[in-house]
Amino acid sequence: MTSSSFSVPALARRSLLLLTFALGLSNCNKSSNATPSPAAGSSSASAAASSTEPVTLLNVSYDPTRELYTAFNAHFAKKWEAEHHQKVTINQSHGGGGKQARAVIDGLEADVVTLAVAYDVNQLHDKAKLIPENWQSRLEQNSSPYVSTIVFVVRAGNPQKIKDWNDLARDGVKVITPNPKTSGGARWNYLAAWGYALKQPGGDDAKAQAFVEKIYKNVPVLDSGARGSTTTFVERGIGDVLVTWENEALLSVKELGKGKLEIVVPSVSILTEPPVTVVDKVVDKHHTREIAEAYLKELYSPEGQEIAAKNFYRPRNADVAAKYKDQFPAIALFTVDELFGGWAKAQPTHFNDGGLFDKIYKPTK
Amino acid sequence: MSSPHRPFSIRRRGVLPGFGLTLGYTVFYVGLLVLLPLFAMVLKASTQGLGAFWHAVSDERALAAYWLSFTTALAGAGINAVFGVVVAWVLSRYTFPGKSLLDALVDLPFALPTAVAGIALTAVYSENALVGGALMSMGVKVAFTQLGIIFALTFIGIPFVVRTVQPVLEELDTDVEEAAALLGAGRWATFRRVILPSLVPAILTGFALAFARALGEYGSVVFISGNMPMKTEIAPLLIVTKLEQYDYAGATAIATVMLGASFLLLFGINLLQRWARRAEA
Repeated sequence: MTSSSFSVPALARRSLLLLTFALGLSNCNKSSNATPSPAAGSSSASAAASSTEPVTLLNVSYDPTRELYTAFNAHFAKKWEAEHHQKVTINQSHGGGGKQARAVIDGLEADVVTLAVAYDVNQLHDKAKLIPENWQSRLEQNSSPYVSTIVFVVRAGNPQKIKDWNDLARDGVKVITPNPKTSGGARWNYLAAWGYALKQPGGDDAKAQAFVEKIYKNVPVLDSGARGSTTTFVERGIGDVLVTWENEALLSVKELGKGKLEIVVPSVSILTEPPVTVVDKVVDKHHTREIAEAYLKELYSPEGQEIAAKNFYRPRNADVAAKYKDQFPAIALFTVDELFGGWAKAQPTHFNDGGLFDKIYKPTK
Repeated sequence: MSSPHRPFSIRRRGVLPGFGLTLGYTVFYVGLLVLLPLFAMVLKASTQGLGAFWHAVSDERALAAYWLSFTTALAGAGINAVFGVVVAWVLSRYTFPGKSLLDALVDLPFALPTAVAGIALTAVYSENALVGGALMSMGVKVAFTQLGIIFALTFIGIPFVVRTVQPVLEELDTDVEEAAALLGAGRWATFRRVILPSLVPAILTGFALAFARALGEYGSVVFISGNMPMKTEIAPLLIVTKLEQYDYAGATAIATVMLGASFLLLFGINLLQRWARRAEA
C-alpha cells in the first residue's frame, strides 16, 4: 500500500491532486484527505483500533541504517507480539535524508522517521506541521537513542601519516568527503572540522573558516552522497583519507577485510546525533501512536541499545557502552548545540545558498 | 521531450476517420502527462517574487551550471549525430556475424539504470582504472572533468540517433544510389548528395532527442563529474542541491530556465527539420 507512494514525485502527485476534483480520478496514494474512498481506509488504521489485529508501521529512515533497522524491527515485532498478542509489520524506507524528509512532507505516511540530521526533521514541523515544534525534547537524549561521530578511514599502513584534522589541510593530501549541500551526513564532517579549528588555542571563526576552506581545496571529488564517497575512496582507490561516520567506517572495514583500510580517530570530533520521532499527524490518523511510541522507546532499552552497538552505532546506555568499549574508542566530542547553536542556526549560516560553504568555491576575483 | 513525428492528421482529415476522437485523446494525454506537471512547476516557481526568482537564476554558480549543461549536452549529442549515423549505416547496410547482438547492444543505454551507467563509466575512466590510467598517462583526464560528463552524455544518447536513422536508411532505395553511380557520381558524392539529404531530418530528430535527454541527465553524470561547483556542477545537480535546502521555489526557478531554454532549442530544431524535409521534397 505505501509502496505505491514511494515513486510518485511530489510535483506529479500535487498535480494529480489538482486533477482529482476535476476528473473524479481517485488519487492512487491515499495521501489526500479530500477523497476518502472506502479502499483508502488503510488496513493499519482499522486494524489498530482492535488491538489483536495485525498492524503495520512505516519507518522512514536514511541510508546507513538499513542493517540496524532490519535487526531492530525483527526484535521489536517479536517482543510486541509476545506482550500484546498483536502481529506488527514494520516497513522500511531508506534513502538520502533530505529526500526522505521531503517525501514525508509531500505525503508519504511515515508513522516514525529516523533521520540523520535534526534539521531535516525540523522541516516536518516548519513545512507541514506534521509534528510539534518541541519534538526533539519529547524523548531522552535529544531524541537520539544512538549516536556516532566523524572519523577518518585511511589506506593500510596510513602512508600519509594522517593523525588528526590538521593533517587533512596539509598540501598534497587528497581528502574524500561528500558535498554538504546534497548530503546530510557530510554536513557533520564539515562542522567537525570547523569545531576542531575552534577548539585549537586561539581558534576563532575566521581561523576555522580558513582551515575548513583549506581542507575542501584538498577534495578532488565532491560526491553527492556518503555512500558515493565511500565508493570513490574504496572502489576507485582515489584519495588518501575518507572522512565519514564511525558506523560507516566500521562497516566498510568489516566488509573489506582489515588488511586494506584502517580507521584513524582524531583528537576531537563532533557527536553526531541522528534523531527519531513519531509523526503525530500520521499516527493519529492511523491510530498507531501507542505502538509507534513503544517502537521508539524500545530503541533506548538495553536490547535496542545492544542492537545499535552491534550495527556500529554508539549506544547511549552506559552498561551497553562499557560492553562495547573496544569497538568505540574514547574521544573528546562536542555537539552542534554547544558550538554552533543547533541545526536551526548552523544550516543557514554554513550550508544554505550564500552561506559560508558556498564562499569556498566562489571564484576569486 | 518533443515527439519526433509531425502531425499528419490534419491533411488526411477527410480520409482517416476518428480525427476528433484521437485529437481529443491526444490533447488530454499530452496535457495530463506533460503540461500539467510543467504547469505545476511554473506555478511553484512563481510563488517567489521576481527579485528572488532573478536572484536564483542569475547566480554565478547557476550560470556556470547552465553553460556546462548546455555545452556538454550539445557535445554529446553532436558526437552521437556523427557516430550514431555510422553505427546505423553498418547495422542497416551490412550483414556480419554477431550483427543482431550488436544491434541489441545499442539499446542497452536505454535500459540501464543511469546510476549503473555512471558507476560503470567511472570505474572504467577514473585515473586508477585501466582505461582511465592509460589516458591519464597521455595527459588526458576523463573522470571528474567536463570530458567525463561528455562521455556519460554520449553514452546515454547513442540509441536516439541510431534508432531514428536506422529505419530511414533501411527504407532508402538502393536503386537511387545505383542510378547515381551509373550517372557517374563517385562514392563520396553519392553519399553527400543522395543519401545524406534524405537522412538529415532523421539525424536532426535523433540529435534533438539525444540533446534533450542529455540536458536532463542526472544519475549517470553525478558519479563521473566530481560535482565541483563552478567547474563540473551540472544544472540538475544544482536543482537537487536547492531541494536539499527545502528551497522548492529556487529549485523550480532553475528548472524553469532549463525548461524554457530546452523548449526553444527543440522548437528551433523542429523548424530546421521541417525545412530539411521540405528541401528534400
